Amino acid sequence: MKSPVESWLGSWFGPRTAINAVLLVILALVPVYARLTGDPFAMTLFTRVVILAMAALSLNLIMGFGGMVSFGHAAYLGIGGYAVGILAKEGLGSGFVQWPVAVAASALYALVVGALSLRTRGVYFIMITLAFAQMIYYVAIGLDRYGGDDGLTIYRSSQFDGLVDLSNRTSFYYLCFALLLASIYLVWRIVNSRFGLVIQGARSNERRMLAIGFPTFRYKLACFVIAGALCGLAGALLANHTNFISPAMMHWTRSGDLIVMAVLGGMHAMFGPLIGALTFLLLEEGLSRVTDYPNLILGPLLLMVALYAHGGIDGLLGGARRG
Amino acid sequence: MACWEERAVAEALLEIERLSKHFGGVVASDAISLALGPGELHAIIGPNGAGKTTLIGQLTGEIAPDGGRIRFGSRDITALPVYRRSRIGLARSFQISSLFPEFTALDNVALAVQAHSGHSFRFWRDARREQALREPARRALDRVALAGRADTRVADLSHGERRQLEIAMALATKPRMLLLDEPMAGMGPDESARLVGTLRALKGGITILLIEHDMEAVFALADRISVLVYGRIIASGTPETIRADAAVRQAYLGERQAHG
Repeated sequence: MKSPVESWLGSWFGPRTAINAVLLVILALVPVYARLTGDPFAMTLFTRVVILAMAALSLNLIMGFGGMVSFGHAAYLGIGGYAVGILAKEGLGSGFVQWPVAVAASALYALVVGALSLRTRGVYFIMITLAFAQMIYYVAIGLDRYGGDDGLTIYRSSQFDGLVDLSNRTSFYYLCFALLLASIYLVWRIVNSRFGLVIQGARSNERRMLAIGFPTFRYKLACFVIAGALCGLAGALLANHTNFISPAMMHWTRSGDLIVMAVLGGMHAMFGPLIGALTFLLLEEGLSRVTDYPNLILGPLLLMVALYAHGGIDGLLGGARRG
Repeated sequence: MACWEERAVAEALLEIERLSKHFGGVVASDAISLALGPGELHAIIGPNGAGKTTLIGQLTGEIAPDGGRIRFGSRDITALPVYRRSRIGLARSFQISSLFPEFTALDNVALAVQAHSGHSFRFWRDARREQALREPARRALDRVALAGRADTRVADLSHGERRQLEIAMALATKPRMLLLDEPMAGMGPDESARLVGTLRALKGGITILLIEHDMEAVFALADRISVLVYGRIIASGTPETIRADAAVRQAYLGERQAHG
């Protein structure tokens, strides 16, 4: 692995940085474009991109860096979303309450799921995380008071006492964008810290980690909880974006989408999940306009990336492959 | 030699008592008893399938014995988890290099240093810039003559260099005892000779249990040798005693000569 100084220097040259920079500028200018063209759909689409990029980023922390392939990551989007929706329905509209509850509930769920699943490996781990997510999915369907299968409309966005008005779509977009950038920075710090090296070491060779004296389980569990908390926050954002929650937001295919985004963008790259989310959602949107069967094209395309572009899109841009 | 034995048992750093393990009908460890004194380099030789790696596995904690006891220092470690054994000073190298291929040599050793410098719930500082981890790691690389390859990715190291890195990682945990599982496996004569030099420099300071097929290296380095055949120790003593032992010649050394 290159030293951080080297990769930092390297990151200022080459197509990878150029594209990341252009991407950030484009994302920053989306509201300007929407205002100029009067096209509100661009805002809706890109807010979704930014929020799901955050979810994919959190998945990438455990999957790309930690080697823990969770097939139930959409459950955190649901838990975060339902925390906001349920509290809103019960008359607790303050974001200062809703969001911390969303994060804490997701973290707690991650702690339980992680404690029970992290002792297994490979396919078993994938199946257990999926099973837990399905359980939460059916619990949500059973919540009759909160819409059951039909879901629940949220009539008021999270209130932040005049600090920021989330019903203003532009402020909301910039808040999501800022939170995404902060999350990318946070994950970057974590990955290169002592903690992050333990996580990466456990992905690379867990037997060796134990032999040199690391109790890897507790570090992986902590990482699992951090990722869950971050995705719970994305869930709270998503509920505020759509003003609607339903079990569908944690359907297992949503978990699959998040995996696809992380893999598509490049699992060992900081901007990978963002690039992946953007590509995935734009493709999905674009293809659904020209054909009734977008998956017929999307599917083989993803297969090609999985087979031929191991570093994802980031790899194609010349990013360093990190195993 | 009786005097050596008594001393070893009296102040043994590692003491194995009637260790037993079988896999189905195959007896891998048949009531093995062994004691290693501080600073001793003890070699275990024996034909393939004699149970040498199973013995190492039980000492590191990866394999649970069916019966018997292992004492290290003042404590019974028979049921201690793998990472805790490393914490109290029992380090190992793997028979097949087991490293972090996408990391550099220095990153590998620094991780071993990190494992023994407090907990790793530190989320912010760049660990690759912590001199407290990098410096000891550099010294460990230097001890196995790998300092020049510090910034090379493991995937790009030669086989011999990876074997040396294995030992550097074990050393970086500041062990009281090293368990070396065929460190010379697959090495050319030059690389083997260099490694014998490295081990000779470590000898005396660290207690070493060496499993090795390279008889030249074993007889050059060992204070004592035990011969393991079908999970049983059939002889134990100084290199001279072992060389002269009729049973050993028949069971093992002779067999090797016959096969060339």
